[in-house]
Amino acid sequence: MKWLPPNGALHGIRFDHLLRWNLDAIFWLFVVSQILIVLAMLLAARRRRSSPAARPPQPQSFPAFLLTSVLPLLAITALYIAMLVTSHHLWAVSREQAGARNAVRVEVTGVQFAWYFRYPGDDRVYGKLVPKLVNAPAGNPLGLDPNDPHSRDDIVSPILILPAGRPVDLRLRSQDVIHGFFIPGMRLKQDAIPGMIGHLQFTPEVPGVYPILCTQVCGLGHGRMQAELRVVTESRFRSWLASRERMALATAADDEPSPAPVESRP
Amino acid sequence: MNAPRAQPAAPSRGFLGRRIFTTDHRALAILYLLLGLAAVIVGTLLSLVIRIHRVWPTVPFPLYGILRPEDYLAVVTMHGTLMVFFVLTVVPQSAFPNLVLPAQIGTDRMAFPRLNAAAFWLTLASFCVLVAAFFVPQGAPISGWTSYPPLSAIAATGPGQGAGMDCWLFAIGLFCIAAVASSANFLATILARRGPGMSFGRLPLTVWSWLTSSALTVIAFSTLFAAAAMLFADRHCGTSFFIPASEVISGIARTGGGGSPLLWLHLFWFFGHPEVYISILPGMGLASALLANFTRRPVLGYRVMVVATLTIGFLGLGVWGHHMFVSGMNPYAGTAFGLTTIAIAVPSSAEVLTWLAMLFRGRMRFTTPMLFTLGFISFFIAGGLTGPILAQPALDAYLHNTFFVVAHFHLVMAMAGVFSLFAGIYYWYPLLTGRLMNEMLGKAHFWVSLIGAYGTFFPMHFAGLAGEPRHYAQLAGPVESFPSLIPVERGITFAALTLAAAQLIFLFNVFSSARKGVRAGENPWRATTHEWCPGTHPRTRGEPYLYGPNSGDTEDFLPQWELAPPYPSGLKPE
Amino acid sequence: MPATFTRHQAEVEKRDTGYGGKPPVDRRPTGGGGGDDNWDSHSSRNSGPRELLMRYRLAVLSGLAGDFVFFAVLVSAFFVRPTAGHIDAGANFVSDWHPLAIPPILWINTAILLLSSLTIEVARRQLFHEIDVMEEWLGLGRPAVKRAAPWLLATILLGGLFLTGQWIAWQQLSAQGLYFATNPNSHFFFLVTGAHAFHLFLGLFALVFAFVAVFRFKRVEMRQIALDCTSWYWHAMTVFWIFLFILLVCYQ
Ligand code: HEA
Ligand code: HEA
Ligand code: CUA
Ligand SMILES: [Cu+2]
Repeated sequence: MKWLPPNGALHGIRFDHLLRWNLDAIFWLFVVSQILIVLAMLLAARRRRSSPAARPPQPQSFPAFLLTSVLPLLAITALYIAMLVTSHHLWAVSREQAGARNAVRVEVTGVQFAWYFRYPGDDRVYGKLVPKLVNAPAGNPLGLDPNDPHSRDDIVSPILILPAGRPVDLRLRSQDVIHGFFIPGMRLKQDAIPGMIGHLQFTPEVPGVYPILCTQVCGLGHGRMQAELRVVTESRFRSWLASRERMALATAADDEPSPAPVESRP
Repeated sequence: MNAPRAQPAAPSRGFLGRRIFTTDHRALAILYLLLGLAAVIVGTLLSLVIRIHRVWPTVPFPLYGILRPEDYLAVVTMHGTLMVFFVLTVVPQSAFPNLVLPAQIGTDRMAFPRLNAAAFWLTLASFCVLVAAFFVPQGAPISGWTSYPPLSAIAATGPGQGAGMDCWLFAIGLFCIAAVASSANFLATILARRGPGMSFGRLPLTVWSWLTSSALTVIAFSTLFAAAAMLFADRHCGTSFFIPASEVISGIARTGGGGSPLLWLHLFWFFGHPEVYISILPGMGLASALLANFTRRPVLGYRVMVVATLTIGFLGLGVWGHHMFVSGMNPYAGTAFGLTTIAIAVPSSAEVLTWLAMLFRGRMRFTTPMLFTLGFISFFIAGGLTGPILAQPALDAYLHNTFFVVAHFHLVMAMAGVFSLFAGIYYWYPLLTGRLMNEMLGKAHFWVSLIGAYGTFFPMHFAGLAGEPRHYAQLAGPVESFPSLIPVERGITFAALTLAAAQLIFLFNVFSSARKGVRAGENPWRATTHEWCPGTHPRTRGEPYLYGPNSGDTEDFLPQWELAPPYPSGLKPE
Repeated sequence: MPATFTRHQAEVEKRDTGYGGKPPVDRRPTGGGGGDDNWDSHSSRNSGPRELLMRYRLAVLSGLAGDFVFFAVLVSAFFVRPTAGHIDAGANFVSDWHPLAIPPILWINTAILLLSSLTIEVARRQLFHEIDVMEEWLGLGRPAVKRAAPWLLATILLGGLFLTGQWIAWQQLSAQGLYFATNPNSHFFFLVTGAHAFHLFLGLFALVFAFVAVFRFKRVEMRQIALDCTSWYWHAMTVFWIFLFILLVCYQ
């Protein structure tokens, strides 16, 4: 599929394949139907020239009716059903089943107009977030509660770094309005809705850099609400995580909980 | 068998009384058409702004300057709203029925003329309020024609979400009331004012479409009205139907809330999907009728078409979730909505196949309305076929809100819809002016529009496959693949300019033919349905669409009407 | 653009001739769905009293269908909302749905509304009472109207009473500090009862209009239509209220 961006996800192979045959099918249906229209026009023009006298309408014979109407309709219906059935499995594995146990867990937060990615750290528990503490300039864009022990080792990053070959469980949330989390290279899209937690599972396979976009109009910066996914090897992922961990703990240690200076409004 | 006709019109009410503050449905039809024309002109200019900005983002617009990102979003929002509501709802669902519906069912007036007129004035008011959004502080809303909350519920989320959004909501509210009122009138007219002999089995297919779409309108627009009322309460009365518990908007934490933004999505699309069928069903009915007329053959499978129309209308109420596959709705619901959506594609395909079959049966005449009908079919197929792809949740998870969707709905709604409007206008123009529109200009208009439209909207599929999202003012950011789309975008813009320029031919034709067009005579298309009946008080004698050499005695068609024998003077027909 | 209508210019000012020469009693069959070969059925098919009534009823019913959807949407929000309890940023499940105790006066109001539905139905039937209608139609006084009027008046009073009752209920709630914007449940309570009360308010106007109409309208069938449509509307409001009330009482 030369139009799609290169695929980097495990399920993307199936996805590309499915999309490919779907597009092929409708493309040929499109071509045939347009040809039929043109053909009808040409035939009519010729008939008009050759026999100016009108013929009385022939009642359509029953076999002809079957052949020209019922059969194509059945065929097309069968095609639609085939499309739906073949793609359903993909939907089921990505959305209707629980994620793998050993999945890398990352929380994605959409904010007007940026994406933030939070790794739960060694304790594998996301720390508590307090909306009132949100203060991006002061380095706390998500409002991590410094008093919560779980939040001390949480890593917040503006880019998403994932190891290749391991299942990932994304937890989607939004701070303000609806955003659309879209990684074209991973064939992945889901809205981040404020007040709701969404989940997305996939397995990145091919190391590389993939853009992350926002696909739900969310305000004037919607078009530049972009981030990056870097798929790296497992070992590089571990070392990155470890270094960020150290950094996170260090900063958490030296600036003691100071109430962030944000206004609040009921 | 010509009945005496044309007593002089009511004297002494003056131009205003007769043409403006009127309850006559044909005068209202003209008013609606003018309103649609105003809206389509604004909407088209906005679409050109969109197209130009996308490829030359730094070129200043005359009188305005360089577009800011929020201006772009405002333009897109207003473009979508104007086109969907004031063009593709007002013209096929209000103007056309006012023009021909009473005549087509063999009667001479609507069931409730005053209600009908009131609906027009409300629609006009709604239009004015909507356009006013451009001129309020901070300008028009930026949240798209779908206005998802919380963006649309909290003024602080962006420019235009204050007064502009209020205008939008208010306009939509007025529009809903008007739409329900006029549909109630159409329903009562179709069900209870049919003329003598006009049984259900003899209703023209356009009337069946209007019956279906009017029923849909009552349901869909009431839903939208309730949703808009709730959104209004959220904005101004401190409620939180759609506002979640805690939010941080421009650095300010808000608590309270606890509502569900998803609820709006459900309500909006429960309106939105029926709405797209409201805008296309009349076109589908018209296509069948015109195919019959211009191939001089009866409609194939009249009953099948009626059943298909009703089925589409009915199923249309149960597919709204296909706009929400990736919104975080329950994934099982996604599967179910995929299924219902495929189900609705089947009756649509049945209609398409019937039209194709009709093309091969008769002796096609390439008049302008016929060409536009062919264009309608072509676009309906081109746009409709991507529907079953979008209907698969797994594939939509990539394609949602990309230009693939934009291509889908512009082909099926914008182009098929607008082409059916053109077909209707070229066809019914003699009813308005007594003249035909110029055929040469009409054909030029058709071919340039056809090529322009495919040139504009076909390449959008590729942009969509490349992942280009909607509502992006510029293709910027870390996405390497997007710059390679610039040539495609540029081509689209040139095609769109051509397409819009072609409409100038149409406008010229409309206005010049009103004076200089060929006189149409009694029944220029030799049609069978009642709107072409030369007399008054017709009686229906049979099915619509009886065409073919055997149908009439001397003509190749058998009109549906039969005129009352002239009565001896002074005797009322009773 | 000279908008010349080439056709149908004749009937711009044509008035509905009305009666079709028959009294508006209930028994007459309607014109039927066409296909009748009788030319003369023409004018009566479109403007006989029965058809006129049907037409008005149809319009009112379509409007009510829309109205029904309107309430259904409000109610759907009611159902979505409590279950839409969300997980807050700290991963705690938060539900701010605080059930609201229904003011007991609502029970009385419900009874009043039911009663008013009954009275308006009696009034409506009086106006369709065949012998009286015949007399009215023949110009022999107004027996049907006379019989209907007290019932209609009773309906107006009961309707007013209901609205007052609702007002008292709101007062009681706000005395407890519960206002429209207080909490999600109070949004719903006030929205739903408010929207319904607004409808009844319009309904009162319609009732008063009908009351005047039955005395003033010259044509018997127009009197019937005025009252008939009002009573359909009124019944619908009663039915809506019953649903809403059950909802408020049982599904908090
Ligand atoms: C009926 C609907 C309709 C129509 C006709 C059009 C017409 C056009 N649209 Fe639009 N469009 C929408 C509905 C429509 N659109 C909607 C709903 C959206 C989404 C908005 C949102 O996301 O919020 C959208 C968004 C949209 C975008 C996406 C913007 C973005 O997301 O970034 C673009 C970009 O190219 C675009 C372009 C165009 C162009 C070039 C035309 C050209 O084809 C214009 C040329 C015009 C014509 C061919 C019409 C001429 C018709 C007449 C003259 C009829 C006259 C007769 C009477 C009224 C009597 N449109
Ligand atoms: C008039 C308007 C109209 C019509 C008729 C349709 C028709 C259909 N639409 Fe479309 N749709 C829109 C207007 C319309 N749509 C709009 C405006 C949006 C976007 C809204 C927004 O987000 O802003 C949208 C979005 C949209 C989506 C959501 C995409 C997304 O946001 O992710 C989906 C998903 O299922 C969908 C599906 C369908 C389907 C299955 C049909 C079917 O009914 C199509 C049926 C037709 C066919 C299937 C063609 C049949 C052809 C043949 C059978 C050819 C035969 C060939 C031979 C004989 C050789 N549409
Ligand atoms: Cu965030 Cu668009
Ligand atoms: Cu849809």
